[in-house]
Amino acid sequence: MATATPWLSLAIWIPIASGLLLLAAGSDRSAAVVRSIALAGSLLGLLVTLPLYTGFDTASAGLQFVEKAPWIERFNAHYHLGVDGLSVWFVLLTAFTTVIVVLAGWEVIRDRVPQYYASFLILSGLMIGVFSAVDGLLFYVFFEATLIPMYIIIGVWGGQNRVYAAFKFFLYTLLGSLLMLVALVYLYYVSGGRFGIFDWHATPIGMTPQILLFLAFFMAFAVKVPMWPVHTWLPDAHVEAPTGGSIVLAAIMLKLGAYGFLRFSLPIVPDASHALSGLVIALSLIAVVYIGLVALVQTDMKKLVAYSSIAHMGFVTLGFFIFNPMGVAGGIVQMISHGFISGAMFFCIGVMYDRVHSRNIADYGGVANTMPRFAAFFMLFAMANSGLPATSGFVGEFMVILGAVKYDFWIGLIAATTLVLGAAYSLWMYKRVVFGEVANAQVAEMADVNARELLILVLLAAAVMFMGLYPKPFTDVMDASVAQLLQHAAQSKLPAAAAALGR
Amino acid sequence: MENLNILATLPEIVLLTAALGVLALDLFISDERRNLTYVLTLVALVATAGVTWAFLSYGTVTYAFGGMYVTDPMVNVLKLFSILSVAVALVYAQSYARDRGLWKGELFTLTLFALLGILLMISANNLLVIYLGLELQALSLYTLVALRRDDARSSEAAMKYFVLGALASGFLLYGMSMLYGATGTLDINELSERIVEGQTAGRLTLVFGTVFVVAGLAFKLGAVPFHMWVPDVYQGAPTPVTLLIGTAPKIAAFAITFRILVEGLLPIAADWQQMLVVLAVASLLLGNLAAIAQSNLKRMLAYSTIAQMGFMLLAMVSGVVGGNVESTVNAYSAAMFYVITYAITTLGTFGIVLLLARSGFEAEEIADLKGLARRSPWYAFVMLILMFSLAGIPLTVGFFAKLVVLQALLGDSLQGPMLWLAIFAVLISLVGAYYYLRVVKVMYFDAPAEPVAPIAATTDMRVVLSINGVLVLVLGLVPHYLLKLCGDAMARALGG
Repeated sequence: MATATPWLSLAIWIPIASGLLLLAAGSDRSAAVVRSIALAGSLLGLLVTLPLYTGFDTASAGLQFVEKAPWIERFNAHYHLGVDGLSVWFVLLTAFTTVIVVLAGWEVIRDRVPQYYASFLILSGLMIGVFSAVDGLLFYVFFEATLIPMYIIIGVWGGQNRVYAAFKFFLYTLLGSLLMLVALVYLYYVSGGRFGIFDWHATPIGMTPQILLFLAFFMAFAVKVPMWPVHTWLPDAHVEAPTGGSIVLAAIMLKLGAYGFLRFSLPIVPDASHALSGLVIALSLIAVVYIGLVALVQTDMKKLVAYSSIAHMGFVTLGFFIFNPMGVAGGIVQMISHGFISGAMFFCIGVMYDRVHSRNIADYGGVANTMPRFAAFFMLFAMANSGLPATSGFVGEFMVILGAVKYDFWIGLIAATTLVLGAAYSLWMYKRVVFGEVANAQVAEMADVNARELLILVLLAAAVMFMGLYPKPFTDVMDASVAQLLQHAAQSKLPAAAAALGR
Repeated sequence: MENLNILATLPEIVLLTAALGVLALDLFISDERRNLTYVLTLVALVATAGVTWAFLSYGTVTYAFGGMYVTDPMVNVLKLFSILSVAVALVYAQSYARDRGLWKGELFTLTLFALLGILLMISANNLLVIYLGLELQALSLYTLVALRRDDARSSEAAMKYFVLGALASGFLLYGMSMLYGATGTLDINELSERIVEGQTAGRLTLVFGTVFVVAGLAFKLGAVPFHMWVPDVYQGAPTPVTLLIGTAPKIAAFAITFRILVEGLLPIAADWQQMLVVLAVASLLLGNLAAIAQSNLKRMLAYSTIAQMGFMLLAMVSGVVGGNVESTVNAYSAAMFYVITYAITTLGTFGIVLLLARSGFEAEEIADLKGLARRSPWYAFVMLILMFSLAGIPLTVGFFAKLVVLQALLGDSLQGPMLWLAIFAVLISLVGAYYYLRVVKVMYFDAPAEPVAPIAATTDMRVVLSINGVLVLVLGLVPHYLLKLCGDAMARALGG
């Protein structure tokens, strides 16, 4: 099923190539040119992902836009790309977010401009690589390599405590993924010397190895998601990262972990996934309720949104591990929607930070008086963050709650508390920042959004509204793949069961 | 096999002739025209590399001097990388050595003789020839460390290197004599045949001999607990000499380890593998932990070398599992790949140290790299690649080096001690990541300490250093060819 044009390769390598070009030729003196090249690169990158949607066959659960070439003979590893209903939206989301990030840093970043844009462009290509790799080794290479640009982004353009945050981010996530590497090599051997992820889907594995493999994957992906209690790197990283870094972290990087659960844990070790689903569900519910409460008491806006991200991602993992189509599809919808909303929230905070240079809620008040247009958009995103119907935030949460109630009423009930908690922390923060009298002189001097900022807000708002009002294009794409995934996850892969099935 | 076959030693002949030529010619060259010696040395190296390349593409296994000397694809690959790394080291050394009065004929001739020793070690197929090659290499290097004879730290390092190195050679020689006593032969091939056929005087002598040999080899590799010389010598030696010690001799040490333990003593692999496990684990642990505490870049790299050699040794322990020798090619070619990529990466890191040094300023503290990303974005980027490669993060070749070792280690024994060893190895490399990251942090996150002079380096050094950095990246994207080269060469060496 090879396509004539290697769209996926283009989507990966165009951003990376433009990033390298900036690294090689750019300098702070030619910042204007650098920005234009970065924008051109990201727009071109977005453009080449569009055929992935328009040309996508929603009836098929199989891989599409496949590219396969031998890569490393010794490991029997291939440069094997392809997307299915689970991953195609994330490729588009990544390319879209990159454009937003490039625009978001336009006037704000004045120091080492080429390196800034190069980091984001390279990061974007690598993340698309993660979503489209269907070779285990290729996946791992992209997955790990994303750490390098993010480490630089946080460490160079971050806030006060950026060095600590950068190290914590890097080492924490590296710890998780190193064990996954051992698991991948293990799978390579049990599958008879193959690195293809879909080859592993059909490999029978005994229960004890399955549990160990599950735990190894869990370490890698749970840290990335992040799930309670390995979430502590995220608030630090979010708070210290520059606005663009926060947007990418929340919108895409967290999804790498959740996506990993779908690609690896559920289909490769289904028996262990069922056996340990209780653990994952419990941790997810803790994330929803406890982290929701933690978000409530934050005084720093970025920290608040960071905690809200953890709570929302708890919903995603919950949806995946209740093993019904509603839950899994809901989890994926929630991931995409959270990509737009969290990106928008961090952008809004960034807009205010650029004017007042503070992230403290207490330093604001009455922003609506000085920035009415901004306040309207911020309102929309805060509402979406709390899961208001007609915004994208509602769709995913509603689907997951439906799925959860079907699985177990009480789990559904606990999960549903997010609607209360989410509204509480989002709207209370919004009230304190935006409403009321103008709090101080700095707020009084805030100028409303300029054309560039307005453009970004409009783009994000359109995405949030569209997905909330008409989620069908999103769910249609994933339905077939979700059904197939659940079918895989429902089949026991213990050697005895596999033998009975005649494999 | 009884053939003299003198043509097989053509690389050594070319190198020896050239070394003698450079030695004689340099007497008539004044200090101002020393560049001539430099160019001649490079020409000699290129000629030797050319001959080796021709041998490699010819691809046969040839014995010479009645089986004392062997040349096969593996030998030629290792030789080629040794020669190249020495040539690159000389290019990097240029301005540093000139500024410090080290730009003398001795630097070139001793380097060439050290390389001759290295080539001999790689090709030796006889315990005594191995020893002779080793001594030629070691004596040349001792002298090179002491080249700055008015520098106290240099002299101390030379003294330490010499005393401990001589001790190690003594160990090795003593072990060899026991092997000889047990089997009655110095020939590597006969050694293993006689052990297999049971023609040994006593197992105890054999195992004792092996213990001493392993201790001597561990010294040369710098594995814990025989690592004490490494940090002091790395720090005390003039940086170009540190660079020499850290690259080609490691390749040679791998070669003789392979030759003695694998080709000679494979039948008693179970005995020496246990020892290597202890050495590897101790090296990984101590190397990585001690590196964290270092503020001197050269010293940190020394401890990092100890840890890297520990990782390489892990591949050496995974060749024979329960008497099954099927995975030997896989395991030992993993070690070979590891040591070659390690040499390439180390060349670059010390190259950066040399690049930043100026007259009167060594640039060997980690703090001296402060704000390099502002001063020189390109070389900071090169150093970033090198550091991530040493840490084993993907997109660099270091990741694949670690991966082949892991793959070899896990082998088919998915349960049991090897699995735990693999988990230990990846977790300890997390500790390693910390201090490599710290270097990146200093370069990228910190502001330059004071207004510093721009980087002054010769064009050839800039070009070679850039290629070196890009190579680490390219091999990290497409490691296939080098992996295949190592795998094929190893298959020939073990099959033939």
